[in-house]
Amino acid sequence: MKLDTTPRLTDPDAVFAMLVEAHRGLDAEASRRLDAKLVLLLANHIGDMQVLRSAIALASGKP
Amino acid sequence: MVVVGGGLVGLTLALDLARHGVEVTLLDEDDSVASGSRAICFAKRTLEIMGRLGLGERFAQKGITWQTGRVFHRDREAYAFDLLPEAGHEYPAFVNLQQYYAEHWLVEACREAGVELRWKHRVTVVEPCAEAVRLTVETPDGPYGLTAEWLLACDGARSQIRESLALPFTGQVFRDRFLIADVVIKADVAFPTERWFWFDPPFHPDQSVLLHKQPDDVWRIDFQLGWDADPEEEKRPERVTARVRAMLGPDIPFALEWVSVYTFRCRLLERFRHGRVIFAGDSAHQVSPFGARGGNSGVQDAENLAWKLAFVLQGRAPEALLDSYDTERVAAAEENILHSTRSTDFITPKSEAARAYRDAVLELAAAQAFARPLVNSGRLSRPAIYAASALNTPDHGAWPGGVPPGAPAPDAPVMQQGRPSWLLRHLGDGFRLLVFGPPATLPPGGLPSGLVPIFITPEETEGALWDHSGLAATRFAAPRGGAVLLRPDQHIAARFAMPDPAAIRAALDRAMAKDAA
Repeated sequence: MKLDTTPRLTDPDAVFAMLVEAHRGLDAEASRRLDAKLVLLLANHIGDMQVLRSAIALASGKP
Repeated sequence: MVVVGGGLVGLTLALDLARHGVEVTLLDEDDSVASGSRAICFAKRTLEIMGRLGLGERFAQKGITWQTGRVFHRDREAYAFDLLPEAGHEYPAFVNLQQYYAEHWLVEACREAGVELRWKHRVTVVEPCAEAVRLTVETPDGPYGLTAEWLLACDGARSQIRESLALPFTGQVFRDRFLIADVVIKADVAFPTERWFWFDPPFHPDQSVLLHKQPDDVWRIDFQLGWDADPEEEKRPERVTARVRAMLGPDIPFALEWVSVYTFRCRLLERFRHGRVIFAGDSAHQVSPFGARGGNSGVQDAENLAWKLAFVLQGRAPEALLDSYDTERVAAAEENILHSTRSTDFITPKSEAARAYRDAVLELAAAQAFARPLVNSGRLSRPAIYAASALNTPDHGAWPGGVPPGAPAPDAPVMQQGRPSWLLRHLGDGFRLLVFGPPATLPPGGLPSGLVPIFITPEETEGALWDHSGLAATRFAAPRGGAVLLRPDQHIAARFAMPDPAAIRAALDRAMAKDAA
């Protein structure tokens, strides 16, 4: 499967707000752990090594 | 044939060679077997190898059998795993046993097999020549010279032979220290015979702890200390006692048996064979202890090498066969190092981000099944599969799955003349053709000399092992009348859906590197 980078979110502002809201009141360490949990949950949901590899490469600025 | 190093690997190699009819001299700088328990987890494949060498029952009887691992995070269980979820194997996933027992039995077996054991003989000079290796050996009665046709360096992580040849031994150093406390506890303790691993437990905050049971009421406790710990200070009995007391509680009496503080590296020789000098075990590769991959992989090195050397020495196979030791066991070592490094990176996170991911996995694991396989407290030793080996022959005819070529033969319960037995017990030390059919399946005189057939049938048949549970055929995925060529180390070399003498001969030649000569 190929990483889909087309706009797919029907309510992007709500998604952004949801992410920011989840971090409210957390210190840097707790925030980092929350992000890590989110990444792990979503990685498992995607379950495709190739998609994950492309996403990591893209996020790291080396597509 | 000279083996240097009378540890687990050197002794196994010497014994296996002697059983193949090779004259072996073993030199060791010490005069006794290992002090302290050292390697304690003997994996199923090692037990099967010891079974072939005639020592399997001793391991199984004396050792503590276990197959379940439990991982705790703080005060909760995060994950449990079963290493051998199926029945029908002679040996369990693991037994725990002090290394000195194993070495004692191997020394006895080596003596009986005619290995010449020379204790307190230390190799000081190594001079490789074209067809031999010249050695200078230091003894309490003075030095002497020795010429070895082949030199087998099983002299451990600090190998003197590797140093003498100035071979680069490269890899990663891990900035962490661990304390081993082997303690004798006579009282009843609440721990079952399982591998227990804690991340950040209340009794040892921010670090990991590993607990294993050994025979003779000995428990192995492995405390992570961190890089800044002072090794000398940490070894003081009062200090160790306080750590153990914090773990066991105030009411359980115990005695310290062996204490050691260690760091570790993952290192690898680029090649294990250097002309007439061949490395096996820790002298060739080093891993972290998490996963029990050190001793177990060393024993597999020994068994991979022994038959090949014997065949080359006896003129039954060309020297090219030894190159397959290099490719098969270097690949196995790389796999071990990969697993070992990943475990270590999980246990000792090297950055804030790594720590966040590690803790996220552990926190999720208690409630989320998906996170449990991500918990890495050591991926425990499994036998290497030589899938890419040049000794393998592609399947002859369609073979529907099962254990693939390059893998060790799986065990299965069988009946022999009305008595229960195990398939692997019948394989012995040479090339074997497992035939899934009655003796009439093969035309008489159809097999190359030196290849012994073993017949397995789903009904009771004269001259065959009875696969009464069907597990043998299932594990090999063997079609009726199919055959499997096994190497002397019991790894699968070829599979024939419709056995044909020419194809069998070609596969046997290939498994001895004859086509490469």
